Amino acid sequence: MSLTMEPPRLVTTRPLLTARNVSKCYGSVQALRDVSATVYPGEVLGIVGESGSGKSTFLRCLNLEEVPDEGSYTLDLPDVADNLFDLDRYARRMLCATKIGIVYQNPHLGLLMNHSSSGNVAERLLVAGERRFSVLRDKARRALDASEFPLDRMDAPPVELSGGMQQRVQLAKAIALEPALLLLDEPTTGLDVSVQALVLDTLKRLQQERRITMVIVSHDLGVIRTLSDRVMVMRRGQVVEAGLADQVFQDPQHAYTQQLVHAKL
Amino acid sequence: MTLILDVKGLSKGFEMHHLGTRMAAFSDISFTLSAGEFLLLKGRNGAGKSTLLRTLYRSYLAASGQILFHSSHGVVDLARAADVDVTLLRRTEIGFVTQFLTARPRVSAEALVAEPLRLAGTPEEEALEEARHWLSAFGVKRALWAAYPTTFSGGEQQKVNLARALILPQRLLMLDEPTASLDASARAALIDRLAELKRAGTAMIGVFHHPGDVEVLIDREIDLTPDAPKQETREDVAV
Repeated sequence: MSLTMEPPRLVTTRPLLTARNVSKCYGSVQALRDVSATVYPGEVLGIVGESGSGKSTFLRCLNLEEVPDEGSYTLDLPDVADNLFDLDRYARRMLCATKIGIVYQNPHLGLLMNHSSSGNVAERLLVAGERRFSVLRDKARRALDASEFPLDRMDAPPVELSGGMQQRVQLAKAIALEPALLLLDEPTTGLDVSVQALVLDTLKRLQQERRITMVIVSHDLGVIRTLSDRVMVMRRGQVVEAGLADQVFQDPQHAYTQQLVHAKL
Repeated sequence: MTLILDVKGLSKGFEMHHLGTRMAAFSDISFTLSAGEFLLLKGRNGAGKSTLLRTLYRSYLAASGQILFHSSHGVVDLARAADVDVTLLRRTEIGFVTQFLTARPRVSAEALVAEPLRLAGTPEEEALEEARHWLSAFGVKRALWAAYPTTFSGGEQQKVNLARALILPQRLLMLDEPTASLDASARAALIDRLAELKRAGTAMIGVFHHPGDVEVLIDREIDLTPDAPKQETREDVAV
């Protein structure tokens, strides 16, 4: 019924991220089936779907924490392999540390809760080979500042911080090395509404000032709508619909997306 | 005259899956729009005026037909263009003005207004300067420029919205009832700005609850009411 879209003709840069036909099974459960995505430099892709839709699994694949059964994934950067899923563990770790940043819903996954916040951020830089203490501290400070973390608390461990502050430490760690790609997994879920708005604002600001390419996963349509240029809707491991954010929310095509939009707004 | 928009056989309907029905919005619409022209969409409630605007902007997907936009990069069919191309055009060549402001927490009125210029590459200070000029032109009190519009009254928000939507001259501008509930002086400022953009070559297509508000700008009208005569050219108006 709907029209077939053309490939880009005005935008001539290549996509930063290209994932093709990613499939993954856990036993008899198909978590991902033929999921493909392209994200252009500076673009924000939002992925929505209910629990169990496969959206977080797909994000973990993009962060190379999971290796899918099938599919390919590449980033258009110098000296990066054709298919990142083929990399060995060491190469994967290096690539993640230097080119990809991630913020998890649960700060325990991304942070050492009893180490200082500045130390958590500096750890990223250590992995990338920086050893000079003054440089580490200075870069950690700048990353925390960019994430709008109050610097007088930079030596406090995350365990002593509020949820919103913990997310800012994660964000600082994620952007410390100026990654090409920033992945966000429910970054504001569980925060109270006013804190959520502030974290969203910080993300929007970073995106505009640094043109960071982002993939954000959330079941919260408001969060996705605020941040994303384009939206992909997932259900039962498959992409059911993708399009410009305002179009997917205002004129959803698929029955499931219509249900989702009408249920949440 | 330079052709800006060439719409051919455009149709739109909504598939309502939970009802198992399809609702037609409009069908087989064709018209052209040239640089500096102002086209008024008429029709009774539900005739599909706003739907047509949103389809042209690609907030809605067309069911069939073509929306040939003569961009500065060449001709693009907005009904089928890739999402990234549409995003690019929205940032630089195609504007959409509504009566509602999408305020963001902790973003001041002047920063919000300056944003389209900044994203188009204007240095921050220059963009803010220009933003203040337009806030003043639309009658937003100086004391509010650095404040957050989330807490402004509806009327003040609407003025901020107009300043933001019209700060960057576009090739094509869609207007969805921007004059609704606007006070007289802000309405006059809006007409002045639209006339200025029109003289500079912006093509405009709009829906107005009270078309009298923009009488002086209208070059042509299209009536979307089914079975109405499709097009009427007004020779009596010159701007």
